[in-house]
Amino acid sequence: MTYPERMRPSDLLCSRPQGLYCPPGDFFIDPVSPVDRALITHGHSDHARSGHRSVLATRETLDIMALRYGEDFAGTTQAARLGETITLNGVSISFHPAGHVLGSAQIAVRYNGLTIVASGDYKRQADPTCAAFEVVPCDVFITEATFALPVFRHPPAEDEIAKLLRSVEQFPERSHLVGAYALGKAQRVMRLLRDAGYDRPIYIHGAMAKISDYYQSQGIDLGQLEPATVETGTKADFAGAVVIGPPSTFADRWARRFPDPVSSFASGWMRIRQRAKQGGVELPLIISDHGDWDELAETIKETGAREIWVTHGREEALVRWCELEGLTAKPLHLIGYEDEGQ
Amino acid sequence: MNRFAELLDRLVLTPSRNGKLKLLTDYFRSVEDPDRGYALAAITGDLSIAAVKPAMLRALVTERMDPVLFGYSYDYVGDLAETVSLVWPADPATRANHVPTLGEVVAKLQAASRSDARQVLARLLDSAGISARFAIIKLVTGGLRIGVSARLAKQAVADLGPVDVSEIEELWHGLTPPYSELFAWLEGKTGKPERAAKALFRPVMLAHPAEDKDFEKLDPADYAAEWKWDGIRVQAASEGGVRRLYSRTGEDVAGAFPDLTGAIDFEAVLDGELLVGSPSATGTFSDLQQRLNRKSVSPKIQAQYPAFMRCYDLLQIGGEDLRALPFRERRARPEDFIKTLDPARFDLSPLVAFTGWAKLEAGRSNPPHPIIEGVMLKRWDSPYVAGRPKGPWFKWKRDPHTVDAVLMYAQRGHGKRSSFYSDYTFGVWSGPEGAEELVPVGKAYFGFTDEELKQIDKYVRDNTIERFGPVRSVRADRTAGLVLEVAFEGLNRSTRHKSGVAMRFPRISRLRWDKPTAEADRIETLQALLD
Repeated sequence: MTYPERMRPSDLLCSRPQGLYCPPGDFFIDPVSPVDRALITHGHSDHARSGHRSVLATRETLDIMALRYGEDFAGTTQAARLGETITLNGVSISFHPAGHVLGSAQIAVRYNGLTIVASGDYKRQADPTCAAFEVVPCDVFITEATFALPVFRHPPAEDEIAKLLRSVEQFPERSHLVGAYALGKAQRVMRLLRDAGYDRPIYIHGAMAKISDYYQSQGIDLGQLEPATVETGTKADFAGAVVIGPPSTFADRWARRFPDPVSSFASGWMRIRQRAKQGGVELPLIISDHGDWDELAETIKETGAREIWVTHGREEALVRWCELEGLTAKPLHLIGYEDEGQ
Repeated sequence: MNRFAELLDRLVLTPSRNGKLKLLTDYFRSVEDPDRGYALAAITGDLSIAAVKPAMLRALVTERMDPVLFGYSYDYVGDLAETVSLVWPADPATRANHVPTLGEVVAKLQAASRSDARQVLARLLDSAGISARFAIIKLVTGGLRIGVSARLAKQAVADLGPVDVSEIEELWHGLTPPYSELFAWLEGKTGKPERAAKALFRPVMLAHPAEDKDFEKLDPADYAAEWKWDGIRVQAASEGGVRRLYSRTGEDVAGAFPDLTGAIDFEAVLDGELLVGSPSATGTFSDLQQRLNRKSVSPKIQAQYPAFMRCYDLLQIGGEDLRALPFRERRARPEDFIKTLDPARFDLSPLVAFTGWAKLEAGRSNPPHPIIEGVMLKRWDSPYVAGRPKGPWFKWKRDPHTVDAVLMYAQRGHGKRSSFYSDYTFGVWSGPEGAEELVPVGKAYFGFTDEELKQIDKYVRDNTIERFGPVRSVRADRTAGLVLEVAFEGLNRSTRHKSGVAMRFPRISRLRWDKPTAEADRIETLQALLD
């Protein structure tokens, strides 16, 4: 160990019931309950909660929180520009793109020559709706582990969209209901459909209208989006249509307005057939906003970190891999974070 | 290989029959020979490839990755073929520059000897992507388990023509993978393949259910009546030393009934019903069940539940095809012929003499043997034709049994019904007075109208007490719950169900919103129906 003698990594960031805490800087990263000062990696509700006294996050993340919780979601807010260093009580902080969803960022914390990067959620696959992940060299890398098993290998999202479009062509009399998380995944699917040349209106559930409008306002062209309501027409109008909604709504009476729907779900979990089968998913689309096994391993190597903290997901497999690679690793037991799409 | 892999992936998750047919037909239409033929053979179970044991697969993969990580992976996924397909490390050094076609995979696997099978499989897995690896592993471990019957695959092939599926079934046992001449004929490029093989299947003639209004138009003098036996419809075909026992869809079931097949020592094709016991002491449906769904049968079971065939019709004798003759003439022939056969294995289903429909009705409602499920009506002048023509043959079944049961669990359906709770588990009362409890006796998912489905769905949502994934348990006790009148064809003993009974062909016949749950039936009512 070449850290300064009085500085251990756990002195700079440690686990508290509210979340990851920095004692010298006196702030939390993605706290799950209200705190004085919160740094937020991205807008998903398990990471970005309302009620903190002050919040530091990217402009987009702050906007998304305001859309979800109302303008008064925090006492004060401060926008962090990507790559810019901000100092809190002598601790240097910088935000770097994580490639997860619009506005998502890793947070690098530097103090006394020690650098720890908290990745938040991240992926390496290209995503036209957000900035690409940037490798930040560090001493300690805190990685997510949502898909940290060698069985998770995400195919290119474009191939999955092609699968969806083939099915739309094959079953023109049915509607295709695509379950997708309302922030990020839904817009990525829309954008990928456009990139694949699909130019018909995409019908969306009301729960994703505000966020999708916000993406469009940020210059991410999602094409023509229409509310999936019967008021706008008859059941037959949805024949051959692509409808996107939060997955939970498909078991709901809401889904009855569509003709003989093909139920689809865009998620990394769809890699496992039994998962798809149990959920009654007929057309699984393996599209994930989290890194797969290979991406996690590659990222850990690229950061050059000598020590890896593994959080929310399948920690044991990634810790095992780190040990085989000769890296120090430990699970970081943070509570309150959800699996994607659960 | 990738298209076959994608087909398997889609089929396994597509619940509806029409959806599966569409996927299969599109595949057969767009994929070339010989791949599509090998795919067809893989689905119908006619592809022979030396099997690979799970232990060998596991050994292959753990040579290539950390066994601890493999263990975590297998624990998570739960299916060996799927786990191996996912974790197999892509090795850039050995990765071929092209994914092998299904035809190439089959050729390599069939050519592999026992000793080099392991290396051949490893090289194939190296050259394929995840879905293709899964398909390859499924081919070598045997049994695709994709929810597609051989019959459905043949129907999809027939849809290419389109021709009637019976034409495919008739040709089937004379064809071998990859069936190029079959596809060529269906695409209009060549004529119909010759019936070259011996003892081929003759597509079976089926009957329409008789409805009350039918009888106003039918003259009893035009029809012969015979008992409808509740066994398995079979066809015994023997020609030039080739003996076959076919199911009604043309699958060869000789392997499951070696005792009966051994007695097929004639040159003829007979249509009839497979039953157990002996012609003079016919067994019940429960006895028959002892012989069903078995890959191999022990001599003990064969002796205890011998199979025999009760013949309805004679389709061919020697080289003479009798199918075009009227039933009256065909029926006269087996009378003498069957007397020449092993009397323990063959008898003739007797005709039932009757003077009018009312007379016959009495026999139908009260048949002389429990394994009779009604009467068959056959026009004296009808030739034997494939399929289910309307008019020449009717089946007039006895009325179903009914029971009043209480709705206990409801499960969400698929496709059109994915937002409806449409599969219902129901129970009847058991236990002593004052401490009655419901015991599940069956599950039904049809018999109700769309309107009734909406009503039950609302009831389920409003009365849910617990959820388990797609299943909800519904309030059901002595004072509250929904009573369903359930119709069913018969009852079997079951060791798998807590109630000890299993219903055959249960469906919802009426919703009894009016009936208090305490007045639903008790298990003893059902037990009394067991033979």
